[in-house]
Amino acid sequence: MGTSVRTQAEKPANEEQQTQKLNGSQIVLRALAEENVDIIFGYPGGAILPTYDEIYKMGIHHILARHEQGAIHAAEGYARVSGKPGVCVVTSGPGATNVVTGIADAMIDSLPMIVITGQVATNVIGTDAFQEADVVGVTMPITKHNIQLRDVNDIPRVMKEAFHIATTGRPGPVLIDLPKDVSMAIGEFKYPKTVHMPGYQPTVQPNRLQIKKVANAIERAKKPVILAGAGVLHADGADELFEYATKQQIPVTNTLLGLGSFPGNHPLFLGMAGMHGLYAANMALHECDLLINVGARFDDRVTGSLSHFAPEAEVVHIDVDPAEIGKNVETAIPVVGDAKEALKNLLALDKAPVPYDEWHQHLRHYSDEYPLWYNDDGKTIKPQALLDMVYEETKGEAVVTTDVGQHQMWAAQYYRFANPHRWVTSGGLGTMGFGFPAAIGAQFAEPNRDVVAIIGDAGFQMTMQEMSILQELNLPVKIVIVNNASLGMVRQWQELFYEERYSHSLFPIQPDFLKLAEAYNIKAYKIEDPSEARTTFQKGLKEDGPVLFDFRVTADENCYPMIAPGKGHHEMEGIRP
Amino acid sequence: MKRTISATVNNSTGVLNRITGLFSRRQFNIESITVGMTENPEISRMTFVVNVDSYRGLDQVIKQLNKQVDVLKVRDISDETIVARELVLIRVVATPQTRGEIETLARPFRASIIDVGRESMTLQVTGDHQKVEALIDLIKPYGLKELARTGTTALKRSSKQQSQDLHYSFIQ
Repeated sequence: MGTSVRTQAEKPANEEQQTQKLNGSQIVLRALAEENVDIIFGYPGGAILPTYDEIYKMGIHHILARHEQGAIHAAEGYARVSGKPGVCVVTSGPGATNVVTGIADAMIDSLPMIVITGQVATNVIGTDAFQEADVVGVTMPITKHNIQLRDVNDIPRVMKEAFHIATTGRPGPVLIDLPKDVSMAIGEFKYPKTVHMPGYQPTVQPNRLQIKKVANAIERAKKPVILAGAGVLHADGADELFEYATKQQIPVTNTLLGLGSFPGNHPLFLGMAGMHGLYAANMALHECDLLINVGARFDDRVTGSLSHFAPEAEVVHIDVDPAEIGKNVETAIPVVGDAKEALKNLLALDKAPVPYDEWHQHLRHYSDEYPLWYNDDGKTIKPQALLDMVYEETKGEAVVTTDVGQHQMWAAQYYRFANPHRWVTSGGLGTMGFGFPAAIGAQFAEPNRDVVAIIGDAGFQMTMQEMSILQELNLPVKIVIVNNASLGMVRQWQELFYEERYSHSLFPIQPDFLKLAEAYNIKAYKIEDPSEARTTFQKGLKEDGPVLFDFRVTADENCYPMIAPGKGHHEMEGIRP
Repeated sequence: MKRTISATVNNSTGVLNRITGLFSRRQFNIESITVGMTENPEISRMTFVVNVDSYRGLDQVIKQLNKQVDVLKVRDISDETIVARELVLIRVVATPQTRGEIETLARPFRASIIDVGRESMTLQVTGDHQKVEALIDLIKPYGLKELARTGTTALKRSSKQQSQDLHYSFIQ
């Protein structure tokens, strides 16, 4: 323990002077203010109490979740929609381990996050003290960076660096572990203006020569396609993507997380690619001679079997994280840099568009012949029809959040995202329980927009205690439960690949979600009749406060089309009724 | 394929943990790691000897290492002219009759005898991997009681090699 850790008793009397002597907790909160943080999601506990005491005294906007997992997912939702770092404050031990899932989720989906965990006092660290866990050790592989504070005077620098690391280059979560005594010790507050980190220098500006190579490849290509990922959104490059793709007339497909980076209803848009992507998008990837990946990491859910992936294509990969290039797919033209900057540079070359008419026609044929489909019998609510209806009734303008599974894929397929930062989903980690608390964070980021949490009945039961926040703040989040009384995607896989052995994926008994909502004083509707779905949703959407819709949908509906595990893009199943 | 990678890192708490964690998570096979401070006490040098299947695997190792905030510089120095050494301590069974023999064996390797007891003696040798292996091989028949070896530590030589083939796509 450093000698610089002093106790509050030694606090100098003249603290009002410009020397800015503050305790560690005050310094942390002042640093958050310097970083323009206007909302914190968290949950108090022993080791973080000094910080919460300052939160109380300073009156900072803090949202009290009912479980730390709720707090961190809310912070993720906030980060995804606002583009600003989400801040989550929890206590040591169980408080910190309860946010591990959210940290891993933010890491794999590259969300800028600052997680402050309380820690036991430095003199008992390592003694298995009450509520002690080695959180820095636990989160090392799932944070972009993490650090344990040992000296109160390090706090300003560490906070500055944390925000810098979280928000620049490829964004990611940074965890700061704050021992109780450090948070109470007195130190000087002087917030640094710059950071000095020789080991962290992300490349934002792409190499000119590489950009020229990309432009030349486009000139040569007969069948190019752009695969745009979340990197475009993180870089705020949707406008540049639109300008470039439309100017060069290159068809665009999105990864799951990239949805919204290109208008979902544009003629050049092929739909989402990947396991439950559209046939036209996947066939474009399969048949293209030039694949331009902008800000996607070639996740296995996008590529399908790598041995069948884009067999004809020269691959261009634009990514701000050099380690992503060549990780999964061999790349002919690597471009390290920010997606926005790369697209700007490409635009600046001002190359004349190449006519790709034949290619467009070919892809249009796929789009027309193999659209999304489902059989509507009019007796039960078809989940696809439900998602289509949600899209129409919200005019495609809502912020949509989801968990993972069938409802997520249907939302991705049927909600034709036209704008960036309206789509909040757990892509990489596939976290159940994510969507509902994320919607709460999203609503704080977009207070005047409809926020619709599209959630499965199973995922909702993992974090539904956060209805308390809706109740407490009368937050107008609309919860759409796509209720098929099962773990839908698990059930689907068991049907297709495990000979219909439904091992623990069906819920014979469901809670009465209406009564649950009533307990939280939230208006709720249960809808079973397809003819009532639209009118009830319209009615609920007009309500000022939170509303829960329990849509009972066809239980055994499967999500199609689909690339079965180990198959390639050209081997999609369920492309026709 | 064995490669020697040299990295300078911030001399901060847990940095070794960070690096080895990264290796194990991505299933890179580490043969040895040595760490020690450089002339600047805030910076440590790590030397890794890794076994990778391909240049693409090597490329990933280097890029992943480079992503760590605490890593300042990473280089694959296998194809450069380097000085690489490891240190080994060998305690070998030695009777008064065999002591002389062992000492004679040790001499060409410039191994030094740093401890002699009634039944054993301890040799210390520094050198590259092959030299160390050769000595151990010679000493083995006498009966190895204990053996401790450090991993390889390495530096580039002052004079540069003429050709430098880059087998990987390290772009920064």
